[in-house]
Amino acid sequence: MPAVSKGDGMRGLAVFISDIRNCKSKEAEIKRINKELANIRSKFKGDKALDGYSKKKYVCKLLFIFLLGHDIDFGHMEAVNLLSSNKYTEKQIGYLFISVLVNSNSELIRLINNAIKNDLSSRNPTFMCLALHCIANVGSREMAEAFASEIPRILVAGDTMDSVKQSAALCLLRLYKTSPDLVLMGEWTSRVVHLLNDQHMGVVTAAISLITCLSQKNPDEFKTCVSLAVSRLSRIVSSASTDLQDYTYYFVPAPWLSCKLLRLLQCYPPPEDGAVKGRLVECLETILNKAQEPPKSKKVQHSNAKNAILFEAISLIIHYDSEPNLLVRACNQLGQFLQHRETNLRYLALESMCTLASSEFSHEAVKTHIETVINALKTERDVSVRQRAADLLYAMCDRSNAKQIVAEMLSYLETADYSIREEMVLKVAILAEKYAVDYSWYVDTILNLIRIAGDYVSEEVWYRVIQIVINRDDVQGYAAKTVFEALQAPACHENMVKVGGYILGEFGNLIAGDPRSSPLVQFNLLHSKFHLCSVPTRALLLSAYIKFINLFPETKATIQEVLRCDSQIRNSDVELQQRAVEYLKLSSIASTDVLATVLEEMPPFPERESSILAKLKKKKGPGTVSVTDLEDSKREGGELNGGGERGPDTAAMASSNASTPSPSADLLGIRSAAPVGAAPASAGSLLVDVFSEAGPAAPSAAVNDDGFLSSAPPSEDPAPPLPEADELLNKFVCKNNGVLFENQLLQIGIKSEYRQNLGRMYLFYGNKTSVQFASFTTTPQLNVQTKPVEPLVEGGAQIQQVLNIECLTDFSDAPLLNIKFRYGGALQNLTLKLPVTINKFFQPTEMTSHDFFQRWKQLSQPQQEAQKIFKANHGMDTEVLKAKLLGLGSALLDDVDPNPENYVCAGVIQTKGQQVGCLLRLEPNSQAQMYRLTLRCSKDSVSKRLCELLAEQF
Amino acid sequence: MQRQTYLFPLFGYVFRLNILKLPGVQVTNSKMQFMLLFSRQGKLRLQKWYVPLSDKERKKISRDLVQTILARKPKMCSFLEWRDLKIVYKRYASLYFCCAVEDQDNELITLEIIHRYVELLDKYFCSVCELDIIFNFEKAYFILDEFLLGGEAQETSKKNVLKAIEQADLLQEEAEAPRSVLEEIGLT
Repeated sequence: MPAVSKGDGMRGLAVFISDIRNCKSKEAEIKRINKELANIRSKFKGDKALDGYSKKKYVCKLLFIFLLGHDIDFGHMEAVNLLSSNKYTEKQIGYLFISVLVNSNSELIRLINNAIKNDLSSRNPTFMCLALHCIANVGSREMAEAFASEIPRILVAGDTMDSVKQSAALCLLRLYKTSPDLVLMGEWTSRVVHLLNDQHMGVVTAAISLITCLSQKNPDEFKTCVSLAVSRLSRIVSSASTDLQDYTYYFVPAPWLSCKLLRLLQCYPPPEDGAVKGRLVECLETILNKAQEPPKSKKVQHSNAKNAILFEAISLIIHYDSEPNLLVRACNQLGQFLQHRETNLRYLALESMCTLASSEFSHEAVKTHIETVINALKTERDVSVRQRAADLLYAMCDRSNAKQIVAEMLSYLETADYSIREEMVLKVAILAEKYAVDYSWYVDTILNLIRIAGDYVSEEVWYRVIQIVINRDDVQGYAAKTVFEALQAPACHENMVKVGGYILGEFGNLIAGDPRSSPLVQFNLLHSKFHLCSVPTRALLLSAYIKFINLFPETKATIQEVLRCDSQIRNSDVELQQRAVEYLKLSSIASTDVLATVLEEMPPFPERESSILAKLKKKKGPGTVSVTDLEDSKREGGELNGGGERGPDTAAMASSNASTPSPSADLLGIRSAAPVGAAPASAGSLLVDVFSEAGPAAPSAAVNDDGFLSSAPPSEDPAPPLPEADELLNKFVCKNNGVLFENQLLQIGIKSEYRQNLGRMYLFYGNKTSVQFASFTTTPQLNVQTKPVEPLVEGGAQIQQVLNIECLTDFSDAPLLNIKFRYGGALQNLTLKLPVTINKFFQPTEMTSHDFFQRWKQLSQPQQEAQKIFKANHGMDTEVLKAKLLGLGSALLDDVDPNPENYVCAGVIQTKGQQVGCLLRLEPNSQAQMYRLTLRCSKDSVSKRLCELLAEQF
Repeated sequence: MQRQTYLFPLFGYVFRLNILKLPGVQVTNSKMQFMLLFSRQGKLRLQKWYVPLSDKERKKISRDLVQTILARKPKMCSFLEWRDLKIVYKRYASLYFCCAVEDQDNELITLEIIHRYVELLDKYFCSVCELDIIFNFEKAYFILDEFLLGGEAQETSKKNVLKAIEQADLLQEEAEAPRSVLEEIGLT
């Protein structure tokens, strides 16, 4: 028995708990419990009416038994009876039992609601709190129906005690989460928002959770909370550590409230009011500064509370993604944490940096920590921390460091925990392809991947390497040689055999000149693996063999021998048997010409997206940017994993093969949807698999042409571009990702990438309301016909759209995007400018000082130069300027300009028709807070446009 | 034959990784899902669920999670991703305190929620031990309800929480005074 047993004297309960603890075995415990249950049941059923105390004690025992993990099927009624007791302790136990045990047994709920109603109207604050706690704990729909209208009144009433207000706020929050339709704030809204100003910190702490949740759903109605939150935050942040008395936690003033305030602000874009924004930026700076101060206490609680606020502030900075200075500072702070002795901080720093890496402003700053992160991947003892390090490496990867990062990830993969291998494999595969400069590196990487973690290499990954090898002449010989070498390992993974079979079947001839890899050697090598492989791989190998017969007539006899043996031609697996029979027959009756046609080298795979390409005609003269296709990428995601459904394709192929003597014609017919004609027999089912990635998409293009557009619902004319469209566009000149547009209903996020004269843009349309958007259409106004996105956007959901962009010639007007949908009954119609500007098609050009000025002089015609002198609109911080100039896309050249204060950049703008060389010089004058910007380009319209665009950026 | 180059990765992979999270498009909902207290032997001492789950689900979650955490070594990080939740836990003597929060939540502040709760228990029981929580589980629940309601901090001041609990105890003692004498004799 513990020494302390405060306030309460339920001795019977204590004895019972002791008994249970003294039980030597599970059986003894169950026996004791059953005895007790029998006892309680008889008491409850007995003739003698139990007094409140006994009832409380037995209900408490039942609760204890339940918490031990046993089922309780009686006693609920007695607990409900306790609720109406006028003794506090009995009521309290009754409520506890109900909050733990009652789900939504409707009969009881009515009785419980009655008791709650009585307590709420009792005007006794302790009783009221108990009742509110119970509602918050159970939070059923019935309770919402009964109390959702009552509680807001309690919350804002002038005479309500603080403690009751606190409970009421959180109780309302719980009801709002279960039944948002029943909680109508309406007239209470402004009074609830003003709770942020309440004198009692506890009330503010409780109310802010409610306000945050409501703001997410109705951002416009609660907009006033932003300035209130900022001023509250500012008061807390600037207070001395003792000002807030008991709300100071280990010398940190009100850490919970601070975090919640920062979280609330994350529901909104940066404040528009300059003064509010200034005050907030000041707060954020103070928080960052405090992180550098020496700790006021050595206790971990002090640093945890302080850093909790810091991380929340960093989240807000990342959310705004508009204050380069703060972003870079945040990054530096996290950089310090990367080497902190506290594992927790290292973990959080890695996690938080991952999001920073996606901001254009801080991407470069994040990259400087690469060595530390690699080291973390190698040395951290906790797998969850290593996982974060791997995530961060993935996020910070770009062309400049891809080789290093991929190499590190590969070497980590050898010892990685099983739980994260598959994800690591995918990440390596994506990075290898995304940043491949030479494709032999790509092939090496994927083969290494299969060698190291073959079990975790999913089909998409090895299909992809084959697609790429097929489509690239320059890598085929290398691939054949490498895969041949890899296959010589005594135990190689089945995925390697698949890739090997496919590639040697196509390109084995490229290495056949070397006697060490002569046709027969190649065949024997492949065949030595045959018996260890599963049926699909064997089927693939059989196809490779028939390809060999075509490539190397000298192997024909050997291979026919293999096909003819019983284990093939009489194989119990129908697919294998059929292939053996057909291939054998094909090789013996077809003439060399027919063979060569049927077994011709695989045609290149169409680019997935291009197969859905709705060829769009341009109506405006020498236009600007053409949006060449538009697709719903959700669909794309779905298809990839649908490998299993492709069984019938395989069968169809095989059977049609058998039935027709002219295989080539027949094969053509199978996949009429595939734009590149024949699917030669060689690859069998696996070929179809690779192929069908493009297959299903093709019909949708056809649907497209059938005039989907004519049925598109809203028919009103697109609205003129928003007045702020240009301003929104300017935000994206130096960055590719971020939020393009946001109002109370809709948020549009953008991710885009560009390479040479091509680009791809992902648009994310988020419905911020809880109501469905109907008839949702988005139309890039480029006189193009496009397929609509999903017409319905559920409340809180996000849909995506992909635009493929090709720059045909230089341009100055950004393409427009029109969005229409119905929200409630009203048609929303808005037009934005798509953030596609000419500088997106920059290719950086490195050059020496000498070259630069030589070219500068060459571009000396007056119209080739554009110049502007303008006042600095933002700070003149060097790092920020550099980040912006890098974001521009051209190369930022060091040691070129004799004046180190100046910045010079060089790049080539790639359009389909021509390349435009551009040189840029930016001369800051920090005393006058002015810049002089000079551009010289080989085309005068480009100079002019770039100059206009850039003058808005600095 | 014209060969095409691949300009972009297969986005299918990317969807599987679900890494296309945009800054700013995230949902900033924060909420504690549940709190568990359990001993080194894996015995649950207290469980508080802030989301509706069936009894079966609760048992499964507690069993799995207790195993996962007990398997971790002492110096490891206090946070882990578990299913789609974030787990924040800390060991105090023989007891593990463990909270499940949503992905976007602030881990450090959750860690300090745990600590504040431990402080409250400690103050109330005058240096708390596991036995106090076993024998006075209902008190542990009452204190928790005063501190956190529906998974959100209701009152973070230690003084105010304890004041509320002590007031309740006073009400209790007034009511119970004659009772406890009677019970000493009776077998109940």
